[in-house]
Amino acid sequence: MIKATGLTKTIGHKSILQNIDLNIPAGQFVTVFGPNGAGKSTLLKILALISKPTKGQVIIDGMNSNEKPEAIRQKIGVISHQTFLNDNLTARENLNFYGQMYKVPDLKNRVFDVLSEVGLEFTLNDPVRTFSRGMQQRLSIARAILHDPELLFLDEPYTGLDPHAIQILNGVLGQLNVKKRTVFLITHNFEEGFAMSDRVLFVVRGKIVYDGKKAAVNKDELKSLYLQKVEGAA
Amino acid sequence: MDMLKGIRAIVRKDLTAELRTKELLSSMAIFAVLTIIVFVFAFDPTKAIVRQVFPGMVWVCFIFAGILGLNRSFVSEKQNDCITGLMLCPVDRSVIYFSKMTVNLIYMGIVEIVSLPLFTVLFNYQIPVKAISPLVLIIFLGTLGFAAVGTFLAALSSNARSSEILLPVILFPVMVPVILGAVQATAAILAGSPAVEWFSWLKILTAFDAIFLVVPLVLFEYILEV
Repeated sequence: MIKATGLTKTIGHKSILQNIDLNIPAGQFVTVFGPNGAGKSTLLKILALISKPTKGQVIIDGMNSNEKPEAIRQKIGVISHQTFLNDNLTARENLNFYGQMYKVPDLKNRVFDVLSEVGLEFTLNDPVRTFSRGMQQRLSIARAILHDPELLFLDEPYTGLDPHAIQILNGVLGQLNVKKRTVFLITHNFEEGFAMSDRVLFVVRGKIVYDGKKAAVNKDELKSLYLQKVEGAA
Repeated sequence: MDMLKGIRAIVRKDLTAELRTKELLSSMAIFAVLTIIVFVFAFDPTKAIVRQVFPGMVWVCFIFAGILGLNRSFVSEKQNDCITGLMLCPVDRSVIYFSKMTVNLIYMGIVEIVSLPLFTVLFNYQIPVKAISPLVLIIFLGTLGFAAVGTFLAALSSNARSSEILLPVILFPVMVPVILGAVQATAAILAGSPAVEWFSWLKILTAFDAIFLVVPLVLFEYILEV
């Protein structure tokens, strides 16, 4: 599903990512751990076609990101700690807007379905500015899955979520797992990140320093391995 | 076709949000009205000199009110990182540019519709009937050029810390051909000069508009990356 080769990103003289190669098959749930400033979010931005690499290329579903960016974006959904929602519009208006941009068929019903999925069907016509942080994040989840993406990127989605919202997010991720969607999750939360993943990556100082199957280690071993890798790179 | 649908969706979203808050349009309109009032106090409407400076006053009002709109066009998308949401959409990045430019054009058009009649009333300035069509054409081309360059540079400056100061500083040198062309053509039309006198300015405005409607198709993606 994702094939990245030689990904390098430099900003000024600062090297953010160094020659990263990554191959993620379709349907795999990959969780990325790493300290702050390691380059995880930059890697996600490049894979999600938000940003361009200084060197290297990204191929998603057989399509080169430089040649068919629009076709690739149609297959991608992103959940971040930012919601990408306009505060002055209602939940319905925000989702209608994104639905039109992604050419979602039967949009009216689809909007209601995804809002029901995140438990916000009764707030359809309320402005987003009246929503709590947790409700906004749930609406952001609805926005990201509105066009039923084959590939979902999540950048620290648990930030600021209440337990109810975490439960909803995990429910959505569980459904994506059942549907064999590809998921790329960045998190500092070992509990949530480890529970659903098939594969774990550690990114430290712009490099992938660990890439292993979840089955190979248990959570405690993974934690101590993470600390070793981070301290080893320091 | 997809491009037009994308532009329409973003324009509708921006206008819906603006109609709900009226933050931008009200500040642009109030600024334009205050500028006209200041000009009325500064220049005696009964003096003949006013006829000569009238086109300049009109464009000063349009352009400074327009800058208020330009400044907000991308800064407003910073809230909740909506600009990333737009960049993720499966459309060419130039769709974002053309929709923002269209929104700026609409805002400026509304301000012009309000302020031009107010100018003529307060300055007791009668626009000849035969001058109305060419005047509308020149105002449209001037506003289009302003919105085209301004939207492009607003995207560039939106990531800067003092974007509201930076935008006018980088905008005005680039805008000189539009301002010059628009003011000179407006003056010639209002003076009842034959078309041949303002036609060359019309050509300059048209060429400038065409260039700045094409350049973003190529460069806007890189501007968003800055």
